Amino acid sequence: MNKSQYSIEVKDIVKEFSSVRVLDQVTVGIKPGEIMGLIGENGAGKSTLIKIICGIYQATSGTIFLDEQPCLLKDYVSAKKLGIAIVPQEFNLINHLTVYENIFLGNEIHKGMFLNKALMREKASKQMTALNMSVDVNQLISKLSVAEKQMVEVSKALMLDAKILIFDEPTTTLTIKEVKILFDLMKKLQSKGVTMIFVSHKLHEIKTICDRVTILRDGKLIAIEEIDDINEEGIARQMIGRDFSQVFPPKIERIDGDLILEIENLNINNLLKNISFNLRRGEILGFAGLVGAGRTETMEAIMGLRKRDSGLIKINGKEITINKPQDAVKNKLGYISEDRQGKGIIQIFDIPKNMSLISIKKYKKGLFIDKKKEDNKAEDYIDKFNIVASSKKMELKYFSGGNQQKVYISKWMDTNPEILILDEPTRGIDVNAKREIYEFIHSLAESGISCILISSEMEEIIGLCSRVYVMKEGQISNCITGSAINEEEIMFNATGLKGKI
Amino acid sequence: MSGQKEIISYFKKFKLKDHAIGIAFVILFFVAIIVGWPNFIKIRNLTNILRQVSYTGIIALGMTLVIISGGIDLSVGSMTVFTGGVSIYFLNTFGPNSILGIVMTIIFSILFGGLCGFFNGIMIAKFRIAPFIVTLGTMSIFRSLIQYFSNAGNILSVNTIYGKIGMASFFGIPLPVWIFGIVAFLLHILLTNTSIGRYICAVGSNEQVANYSAIKVNFIKLIPYVITGLTVGLAAMLWTSRLNCINPSDCAGYEMDAIAAVVIGGTLMSGGKGSIIGTVLGAIMLGIINNMLVLGGISPFLQPAVKGFVIIIAVLLQYNNEKK
Repeated sequence: MNKSQYSIEVKDIVKEFSSVRVLDQVTVGIKPGEIMGLIGENGAGKSTLIKIICGIYQATSGTIFLDEQPCLLKDYVSAKKLGIAIVPQEFNLINHLTVYENIFLGNEIHKGMFLNKALMREKASKQMTALNMSVDVNQLISKLSVAEKQMVEVSKALMLDAKILIFDEPTTTLTIKEVKILFDLMKKLQSKGVTMIFVSHKLHEIKTICDRVTILRDGKLIAIEEIDDINEEGIARQMIGRDFSQVFPPKIERIDGDLILEIENLNINNLLKNISFNLRRGEILGFAGLVGAGRTETMEAIMGLRKRDSGLIKINGKEITINKPQDAVKNKLGYISEDRQGKGIIQIFDIPKNMSLISIKKYKKGLFIDKKKEDNKAEDYIDKFNIVASSKKMELKYFSGGNQQKVYISKWMDTNPEILILDEPTRGIDVNAKREIYEFIHSLAESGISCILISSEMEEIIGLCSRVYVMKEGQISNCITGSAINEEEIMFNATGLKGKI
Repeated sequence: MSGQKEIISYFKKFKLKDHAIGIAFVILFFVAIIVGWPNFIKIRNLTNILRQVSYTGIIALGMTLVIISGGIDLSVGSMTVFTGGVSIYFLNTFGPNSILGIVMTIIFSILFGGLCGFFNGIMIAKFRIAPFIVTLGTMSIFRSLIQYFSNAGNILSVNTIYGKIGMASFFGIPLPVWIFGIVAFLLHILLTNTSIGRYICAVGSNEQVANYSAIKVNFIKLIPYVITGLTVGLAAMLWTSRLNCINPSDCAGYEMDAIAAVVIGGTLMSGGKGSIIGTVLGAIMLGIINNMLVLGGISPFLQPAVKGFVIIIAVLLQYNNEKK
């Protein structure tokens, strides 16, 4: 293949964060009008690579060629000027601005000295119609649903008339119908010659939309394959580096355990409706559903982090009151949030301080903290969870996602919970840490601690749980067990639609 | 062998920025000796500097906790004069020679300051108003009230002994300096060795994480303001007993000195991290700078300008350090 055919090429890209190498000599070329899939486990380096392509990060070494010209991307603004745009994974929308104001943010159309609001509104609503979205462009962003926000984010990137368009896991928050609209749009753009990079870890999506796929694992380029030459299992094997079946420990079935937690008719106005479920001792109970189905909200309500309008909580058959998080901790409940950095750990605290944040009373000697005891306990957790840190006194912001997560888990384990709720516990962490966390959840359950696992990664739910509640639009739509725990059944209950896309 | 390794690893880990305040202090001190030769290094001058910085220094100690908790307290200057004035009225009810009156006034003054701080804290923690706004409001309220009570004139104490407290010295070191040291020691222990100190840092760093960690966020946010109120009460007592009177226009700009000391001491303006020892050094450094300006015959009107520059530079250095 002739090299001049590439519209963008990254060559020998290396990226290090405080001397941890997250990308190692990655070279990829993408042809004009091609949709290149970029796949890899969390922590494989997908996001880092595309952030380098749009100038948000700078590579430690390596070059980026645009139409064969080496170019220097010092920030996103200069990348935009060269025709590179990104639909980010996390929303960059300003909640108190309207849809059209967000779409044109930083790219406003002027009429003389002033903003040409009429033209911007018109263009924005044309774009939204093209995306089959019936959203008023004068609506505030805060009023939109997650999927609608995603579409606004897409429109924002499209407005830039980019030559190279990057989609960073755009489908995680979309329903199947919306994914289809997005894919149609991508096909249309492709026919106009736009080059696209589509990041995902959903195999069937890659298979559906991409021409070729680049597979990353642990920061290294594993393969670039023509999509027709490889099947989903092949991609998965290259992505994980081993077969799926080895990732998960054997399942634990606890159909006869005592009921430890019972929730009856939990309601939050406009958010949750008649949530009732139960949890057995030593069970791993799954909670599946689309993003925004109310799983996190349910758990937050149980933990006293959200006000309930009604609902009973029983532990060991006895009704208890939980109005604030302190009540939940007293009743031996633990909750590991999906938002590790925003709600989980204190970034500027070291390991011992994070570990003892909830359980600090255990380390008190009179009025003061017994720091020696605290440090020793932290050492225990570092050994137990295999936390990699050059010093336990290092601030957590320098840690990788996986190690941060392990510290976060230590923090809750230190409260000796009997019920542990894990909300997306493997989000943003590398494959090995993931497997360690699966094994940890498994060993917890074996030791008689009851776990609730919320996950949007289907394999996790299927691989770990003996019983799964599926939520849809603030309600529990079904409880499935045994062989019924499969991708199709979960999707059906989560969306009400049969089959995959 | 291992000892040698430890020494090497110590020097490898030794980062200039971790000790920036200490180093800056030493440099400044030597510069002051040279520039201010021979007057600066005289014991009398040094104790004088310490005495001068201790009033706002004591307040800066409380302010350190407020800033670590993610807040700010602009009302401390007005609060000092308000507390000082009210305590003189209180003292005067006891008659001219009452020792009991003095003891009661000391307690009253500290508690009254605590109460003012409690008011700030409740508004911020319970009613969730921005600290900047609440304390900007009370800054105006406290000053206005004491001006009204005194008709904007001097508030004189009728007690003849009270004035001796503020001028007292032990082992050649003035009383306010002793108190500055003792309060610094206590708050340092509170910050580094108690769960309350730990919680204040956690809340200041990330309130959400603190809430999700079952910390009583509202209660923890209230504490630093109350402590600042108590330190203000102490400073007010020391200030009024020094002159045995107070003028309602006194203590203006105390908030500036206190915040400056905290910032120079390396406490993050964004909250979560800070040090009491840093604040002590920061306060003394400000005093040394002022002293150099005086010894150098620079117009007193320019002194606040220098202070302003020092704050901005300190924050600038902090910000650049954070980025790296």
